[in-house]
Amino acid sequence: MVETEGKSIDTHGYLELRQELLRRDRSLRDKVVSLEEATSFVRDGDLVGIGGSTMSRTPMGMIWALIRAGRKRLSCSRSIMSSDGDLLLAGGICDRVVTSWFSQGILWGVSKVMRHYVETGNVRYDEWSHMAMGMRFRAGAMGVPFMPIRSMLGSDVQKQRPEAIEIDCPFTGEKLLLVPALNPDVALIHVQRCDAYGNAQIDGLQFMDIDLAMAANKVILTTERIVSNDQIRRAPDQTKIPFFAVDAVVELPFGCAPHECYGVYEPMLRHMEYYVALVNGDPVKGMQQYMDRFVHGPKSWSEFLALLGIEELLEAARAGESIYDA
Amino acid sequence: MLEKRNYTAAELLTILSARQLSDGQVVFAGVGIPLLAATLAQRLRCPGLTILFEGGVIGAFIEPGKLPPSTNDQRCTKRANMVLGSAEVLLLLQRGYVDVGFMSGAQVDQYGNLNSSFIGDPLRPKTRLPGTGGGNDIASLAQMIVAMKHEKRRFVEQVDFITSPGYLHGRDTRRKSGLLAGGTFRVVTDLAVFGFEDEKRRMQVISLNPGVTRERLQDNTGFALDFAPHLGVTEPPTDQELELVRELDPDRLYTA
Repeated sequence: MVETEGKSIDTHGYLELRQELLRRDRSLRDKVVSLEEATSFVRDGDLVGIGGSTMSRTPMGMIWALIRAGRKRLSCSRSIMSSDGDLLLAGGICDRVVTSWFSQGILWGVSKVMRHYVETGNVRYDEWSHMAMGMRFRAGAMGVPFMPIRSMLGSDVQKQRPEAIEIDCPFTGEKLLLVPALNPDVALIHVQRCDAYGNAQIDGLQFMDIDLAMAANKVILTTERIVSNDQIRRAPDQTKIPFFAVDAVVELPFGCAPHECYGVYEPMLRHMEYYVALVNGDPVKGMQQYMDRFVHGPKSWSEFLALLGIEELLEAARAGESIYDA
Repeated sequence: MLEKRNYTAAELLTILSARQLSDGQVVFAGVGIPLLAATLAQRLRCPGLTILFEGGVIGAFIEPGKLPPSTNDQRCTKRANMVLGSAEVLLLLQRGYVDVGFMSGAQVDQYGNLNSSFIGDPLRPKTRLPGTGGGNDIASLAQMIVAMKHEKRRFVEQVDFITSPGYLHGRDTRRKSGLLAGGTFRVVTDLAVFGFEDEKRRMQVISLNPGVTRERLQDNTGFALDFAPHLGVTEPPTDQELELVRELDPDRLYTA
């Protein structure tokens, strides 16, 4: 898979995009499924869009379930990747990442797991600027094949991406870079609450999730809480993703653990520090040890949470709610 | 009373970077020292400084001891004026609302280009680094201040990979590539403060940090240095600056 000028493997013709949408059942219906059932919405080889950013509102539970379900050859795109990316690579389900930044977090230097898989050539890392990622999802959400931007020009980031095209603006003659639309086959997004139909409310930082939801050909929501449609209707201005863009709803408390969910819990930093020390010490054996214990070991997501420990969960929840303190 | 000599390189970097900001500016800050320096400036002399984070925050006021682990965490939104999408906040750079972009890098060269993507040949890298994040966007679209530790392997003639553009290959190469606005304005290190000469757009030393000689600076730099005609000496950190940095980062998350 090598891009040539103007050819993006992630960008499709308009009619194909419309056909994909027509095939979906967009009626107002109950879409609640279990975490395990939701994995069937992702097929081997899919281009997956992941919501949130770095350690925030990461759909960790969904990623965890996809690894357990043994998906293969996924291409995963996200604004910024953290330890979710490590898990996707070491879990053997992803062979290409499309992102602007990939490490566990700025506090811990460079991810040895990312380095191991990318430097050996086992995984391809397509690097775009953060704004370019946003404009690629935006173009996808708008139903147009590209967006013009004024960054990346002149840099080696641009040189590595022949699928982005430099043009002279037909109005001003200025140079612009056209970045191709990104329409994921499926988007994984975690929200604070939604109803059974998929009307989703997001508190705080929304990152690129609205564009991502509207660009994708399928959306799986995991949510801290399923609420009634009446509750959604009491504050429709808080609804950020409409039900007709959503295909599956999974109720999954602490669904971003050990990352954060705005207003509900902060990152579980003690677990993250344990994780980083283990996997950056030895990206193969350390990661294997982590996967055995925390991904393949537990019988359920609740059992995974129990492994993190009630103390750490409560501490994270207390800190999470403190954002609303005056 | 604090011992003035007794500060870390990261504390010095934070303090010197903070001095580059002025009240009333809109600053786009990366995580780590840029975030801390912008917060220091805001608390010390620039109450009207507006800090933007790429996670989607306008007008952040970071709380002492609660530094966020990234610019995408909820802690970044505390007492902010506005929370918005990350594409939206990055587009403010493109529209021109941002006075100063403020970031760090793994490697910088004589034209102020930054590398945070690859060490060695990008096709067979010795090290794959995390990548640009918003760095390329900030550097492409705003006047940029770079804060970084001064080491010979980080201060090179030509970066292995231009992740975030400075003046590219000097003179008007930046403009000709289509980058019509912005450019690297200052590079602040624990040894000196640098600007860029108007014509060639090459880095030049504008002030040496306390106790640093020209020779020591040159020995720690991978290219021949130019010195500004009126070379200054950086004022050492004041007690007030040091106290505040330590109050903001008591756990030395960014300033170890």
